[in-house]
Amino acid sequence: MVMKRDQALHSLARHYADGIVVAVFQSAFDWMKIRPHPLNYLCVGAMGQASSHALGLALGAPGEKVVVLDGDGSLLMNLGSLVTVANMKPDNFFHFVCQNNMYEVNGKFPIPGAESIRFDQMARAAGYRQVFSFDDLAEFDQQIGAILELKGPVFVCMHIEPGEYYPLDYETIHSEQSRTTFRNALTKRLQMS
Amino acid sequence: MIKGISIISAFKAAEVRSIVALPDIVTCDALLWPLSADPAFKFVPVCKEDEGVSICAGLSYCNNRAVLMMQHTGFLDSINAIRAIAVDYQLPIVMVVGLQGAEAGVPAAQSRITGIRALIPISDALGLAYAELGKGEDELTVTQMIHTSYEKSSPCVVFIPQPPV
Repeated sequence: MVMKRDQALHSLARHYADGIVVAVFQSAFDWMKIRPHPLNYLCVGAMGQASSHALGLALGAPGEKVVVLDGDGSLLMNLGSLVTVANMKPDNFFHFVCQNNMYEVNGKFPIPGAESIRFDQMARAAGYRQVFSFDDLAEFDQQIGAILELKGPVFVCMHIEPGEYYPLDYETIHSEQSRTTFRNALTKRLQMS
Repeated sequence: MIKGISIISAFKAAEVRSIVALPDIVTCDALLWPLSADPAFKFVPVCKEDEGVSICAGLSYCNNRAVLMMQHTGFLDSINAIRAIAVDYQLPIVMVVGLQGAEAGVPAAQSRITGIRALIPISDALGLAYAELGKGEDELTVTQMIHTSYEKSSPCVVFIPQPPV
């Protein structure tokens, strides 16, 4: 059983309407349509860097929750970040990985180890404080609110397949406007806190 | 002669609050160990240098000034992250790079070691501001480079060719 990614992200957005989200590739394309928000951090470059950007934000803004929407292929490019994050123990860090076992925006080619890889076990072994894995939308929707109240670092593996199609808007995720919008929103948020 | 204590003072004068690092044999004794134990800094050890580029990027949005310390091999390994995150996104990523194996008194651009010799043309091609320490006024140079990096929101690299004392 797997979840439709857009349905899982809609569920997450209902429970996390107003916080920082660092998103990568297809998750970012979906997320910025599902939850358009100035605190969406979209400019992560490439090569699996989302979790590292998010760690910088989590350490720099310890009073704010930081959610990462990572991809499976992306995380494979930056596996050491699991150890780096766990070692720093940011209690405001929530690491979601959309596992569909393929490089979806790069030709839908399978990731190495697609049939056997267990990201939740890797995160647990690295030292994440809380680790979850979901393949059922109703269960995810029922538990995600409470998970977002836990002390991090939290890791959530989401077994998904593509849902509704959202356009690959690379121009927006790499744009100066996107960075400026985020910076202004975060500055305002930090001044208020 | 490069003094570790002067570089640490420069970091403090430039309001650096976070040190993101992998160990490098050139800078480990006189910089990394003291920095890791200095309560003035939050110390963030990373597994790979490109992680550090991104962590510094995230910190920069929070007005938390950071320095990424690494060996020149890590710098070379991180070129795409530096290109995308520091250069294309115009973020103040400050990198302090030890030149492991550099010949004393030989400028990096003239080194017999390929990885060291390549640093200058690569930095030029990326449009990175850089300085090679050991030419006097190191403390002032480092402080000014960090201030400029954050004021202009642009990256810079400080190359350390010999172990500081």
